[in-house]
Amino acid sequence: MTDTILSVENLDVSFQSYNGLIKAVRGVTFDLKKGETLAIVGESGSGKSVTAKSIMQLLPKKTTVINNGSIVYEGNDLLTYSKKEMEKIRGSEISMVFQDPMTSLNPTMKIGKQVMEGILKHKKISKKEAFVRAKELLELVGIPNAEERMKSYPHEFSGGMRQRVIIAMALASDPSVLIADEPTTALDVTIQAQILDLMKNIQKKTGTSILIITHDLGVVVNMAKRVAVMYAGQIVETGTLEEIFYDSKHPYTWGLMQSMPKLHQDRSVPLIPIAGSPPDVSKLHDGCPFAARCPYVMKVCHNHMPDQSTISGTHSVSCWLQDERAPHVEKPELGGNNVDKSKTS
Amino acid sequence: MLKFILQRLGYMAITLLIIITITFFLMQLLPGTPFSNPEKLSDRQIEIMNEKYGLDKPLAIQYFTYLGNLLQGDLGISFQSQGRTVNAMIAERIGPSALIGGQGVVIGLVLGLILGIISALKHNTIFDYGSVFVAVLGMSIPSFVFAALMQYFIGVKWGLLPAALWKDYSYSIMPSLALSVLVTATVARFIRSEMLEVLGQDYVNTARAKGIKEFSVIIRHVLRNALIPVVTVLGPLAVSIMTGTLVIEKIFAVPGLGEQFTLSILVNDYSVIMGITLFYSALFIFVIFLVDILYGILDPRISIGGGKKDVR
Repeated sequence: MTDTILSVENLDVSFQSYNGLIKAVRGVTFDLKKGETLAIVGESGSGKSVTAKSIMQLLPKKTTVINNGSIVYEGNDLLTYSKKEMEKIRGSEISMVFQDPMTSLNPTMKIGKQVMEGILKHKKISKKEAFVRAKELLELVGIPNAEERMKSYPHEFSGGMRQRVIIAMALASDPSVLIADEPTTALDVTIQAQILDLMKNIQKKTGTSILIITHDLGVVVNMAKRVAVMYAGQIVETGTLEEIFYDSKHPYTWGLMQSMPKLHQDRSVPLIPIAGSPPDVSKLHDGCPFAARCPYVMKVCHNHMPDQSTISGTHSVSCWLQDERAPHVEKPELGGNNVDKSKTS
Repeated sequence: MLKFILQRLGYMAITLLIIITITFFLMQLLPGTPFSNPEKLSDRQIEIMNEKYGLDKPLAIQYFTYLGNLLQGDLGISFQSQGRTVNAMIAERIGPSALIGGQGVVIGLVLGLILGIISALKHNTIFDYGSVFVAVLGMSIPSFVFAALMQYFIGVKWGLLPAALWKDYSYSIMPSLALSVLVTATVARFIRSEMLEVLGQDYVNTARAKGIKEFSVIIRHVLRNALIPVVTVLGPLAVSIMTGTLVIEKIFAVPGLGEQFTLSILVNDYSVIMGITLFYSALFIFVIFLVDILYGILDPRISIGGGKKDVR
């Protein structure tokens, strides 16, 4: 067992809106260990990005309500930190890579300056040294002619190159935790693979823990050791990559696997989507949020939220099917069984 | 870049020529002539005057004579103020106009920036509503209302500043304040909406994620980008205010260009009307041209005259 570096416990995040309180994240709990990669998977609106942003405290202050839970980083609860203390953590201890590289860089500031900005904030070094450091970082993330390119503006870079720059910025002062919020969603498939490889290489070199937020199961297989599946603001199932892909227990996880295209499958076989759409998180009832879409739904699901049951030391799930009174349900044929095992190592 | 500038200069010349032509012929449609003052001049005298100033020639000849003189930088002589050249008249009158206008723009810019920034940062709070209220007030109430109010309170009742006329520097303060109202309102509204838009951009979050102080995020990342579009409105607005406004100069009895312009229209002083119109237009077109160049400097994504291509 490695040490836990970041532990989120029972986190509740809500937003005030004209339609009342929207509970975006409800009782999320997970640990991130030193040097490991944890993936949070879920549909749009399942609360994964909100979870990530609440760790960095980048959510709009006026409308965000965090009334429960803790985010403990190296023994200290970040939620109790002041604005100033948080500034010291952001970008130096915990960094973030954003979803859309096309809009995540300031269009009127030169690349070099944007990278140096973070370095100068966290390291007490001169501008010249910061320049050298920025150049090294850009070389590390694979930008050719780094010194030359530092004088360029973001619009002179391609999407993949911009994402490399954003990663370089995130690495400015050797963070212990790197949060990547859908880092490849806006990129071409070939570039996606490059960016994921880059992140893995960096992890190998620096030992950074990575929390990757994605809806792409392919990215999960490529990157993560452990997976947490989120639905309607809750983590419904969590386990190691193998446990989630080969031995998942939650009908929602099954649905995710079934809706994933498989490489060797005949093209005439249609994908099986999850019926219905994600629930409106402002109108949630007491039961399991997946009940309305679940093919194995029982009466109890509509009225009571299932407790978390532990399958093994690392694998736990919140589903009434795990209750001893529930009928036995056979897991359907899943795409996950076909995942290339060599990739997961 | 050079090609772009030359091309633009060419277009500017064409635009000016069109303005000259339209103004020249429109002016002829004004009732009366410069010398149609019936009590003072006999028919014979008018004839002599017309001959002297070339008004007896066909319109086409007059038009080309004017263009010819213009090319030599000569705007002609006034028909009403004896023996004075239009060039000298403009040169003499622009001073006060530019002074009160310039001060008005600076005051308006500073106040507008402050109001706009507060508004955007305190979005949907009482500060925001207050600033927006002030801005809407400034936009919708004509400046002569403010001018009259100021004259009454500051000038007459409290006696802080002279109410009108033009003697020393203190006479320029109240007209400047009256002019600044519109600038304040325009800039405040623009800055507010631009900043709100930029605040919602992803790169602001990126900057925050680097751990930079919120103040630096606002200055370096938000304001810098929010200011670019403001340049577009501010350029022409500054020109129109600095070249003299008819109403404010009339109310405060400022001997500026605006006042001269109204006067010359009333007495059919053709050459002065032409001269001032031309001066306005030329300055306006030139500032729009400057704004375009400035845009290319402020926003690196805009390449002037097809510079470097977007590498994707």
